[in-house]
Amino acid sequence: MTTRVAVIDYGMGNLHSVASALTCAGADEVVVSNDPKAIAAADHVVFPGVGAIRDCMHEIRRLGCDQLLKSALDDPDKRVLAICVGMQALMTHSEENNGVDTLNLIPGQVRYFGAHHQTADGERLKVPHMGWNQVTQVVPHALWDGIEDQTRFYFVHSYYVDPDDDAVVCGRFDYGVNACAALARDNLFAVQFHPEKSHTPGLRLLSNFLAWDGSC
Amino acid sequence: MGLAKRIIPCLDVDCGRVVKGVNFVGIRDAGDPVEIAKRYNEQGADEVTFLDITASHEGRDTTVHTVEQMAHEVFIPLTVGGGIRSVDDIRTMLNAGADKVSINTAAIHEPTLVADAAARFGSQCIVVAMDVKRVNQADGTPRYELFTHGGRNPTGLEAVSWARRMAELGAGEILLTSMDRDGTRDGFELTITRMISDAVDIPIIASGGVGTLQHLADGITEGGADAVLAASIFHFGDHTIPEAKDFMANQGIEVRR
Repeated sequence: MTTRVAVIDYGMGNLHSVASALTCAGADEVVVSNDPKAIAAADHVVFPGVGAIRDCMHEIRRLGCDQLLKSALDDPDKRVLAICVGMQALMTHSEENNGVDTLNLIPGQVRYFGAHHQTADGERLKVPHMGWNQVTQVVPHALWDGIEDQTRFYFVHSYYVDPDDDAVVCGRFDYGVNACAALARDNLFAVQFHPEKSHTPGLRLLSNFLAWDGSC
Repeated sequence: MGLAKRIIPCLDVDCGRVVKGVNFVGIRDAGDPVEIAKRYNEQGADEVTFLDITASHEGRDTTVHTVEQMAHEVFIPLTVGGGIRSVDDIRTMLNAGADKVSINTAAIHEPTLVADAAARFGSQCIVVAMDVKRVNQADGTPRYELFTHGGRNPTGLEAVSWARRMAELGAGEILLTSMDRDGTRDGFELTITRMISDAVDIPIIASGGVGTLQHLADGITEGGADAVLAASIFHFGDHTIPEAKDFMANQGIEVRR
């Protein structure tokens, strides 16, 4: 079966790394677009994100990408992967930029690690959380296939998602808080880390996404 | 267990070629930054940094093309520094596929560039590079100051307060190079590394002076750095990235393997 991937482009930064990584992971066709026809024609939809949440939300709404994303999630024949700020945009509200309402597709908050962030033992932690951290797979999922528990992925963020319903969480990381690294619901999988920058395990997660039947 | 300390090999790139090349066994083209980056990627480098030392405008277009190629083939984070003067320069490098850009002299001439860039592209991609030298004051106490142009031009700016100011303006990370140590292989300047790491909440990359694996470990344990950057120790085959990681892990430092 041909895998056709659409990466939703709302103009916030370079998406070619994501597109290249998807191609490298085995996608037959990758388009970077905000054209509803291109998204409708794809069987896999990627919702990426970099930068500050207020500008992202503004562009997502202005370009109608929120509607594109909702229709993709409502279509059982599509699989959706949200990455980093794309994952944060799915939640209800973010503390970033003095508070920004987000899409409320997954009820929950996006929280700041905080100034003077530290571990329970008082060890100082730098913010942004930048680098390779271990991900604990708290539930089995098709996207973890062939990836060992506690594998390191590349993170770079100062805010983390805190879903109301713990049942959606399928991966966690430790950084002063034990926070959500990955969540899943129906045909959606979302990650705080960057699979497109996480070398072998990142590419494996992307190829798992391409092979995924869309069930949880 | 948690976040790993990072090892970052740095390549000096001139018109799309690595200056002086590297000395890897079996590498096809010792001057090709994409091939060298791939090799470091296979060895387990945590990120790669390109320092663009190209003088000419045409040559810089070549660098942009190199960054594009690298982004298509190497799936670990890439930082590009050198000659970044404006929001447009930053956009060009990010659009080419750089994950972070490092701003040095331009941050000194125009500190608001750091704030503008962080607001537009996010702090996560804005690295402020600081070239620092130790200056002895009249009373004999040391003071660390910012220099430009490879350590030749003093700015009079004090390093720790500068680092604080850059963090406040929105820098996501600081790349700290000791110009006293750069090229000496005597090890990082640990005093200023520790002072700056303690002064700001953002991560610090220690740079300048690595000659042994112990130096890399010291940058983390003594200097308090979150990442260590080195060039010649890796380029000329003295040590591999896995050797460096094994050495650091043996000293209790958390690394990705």
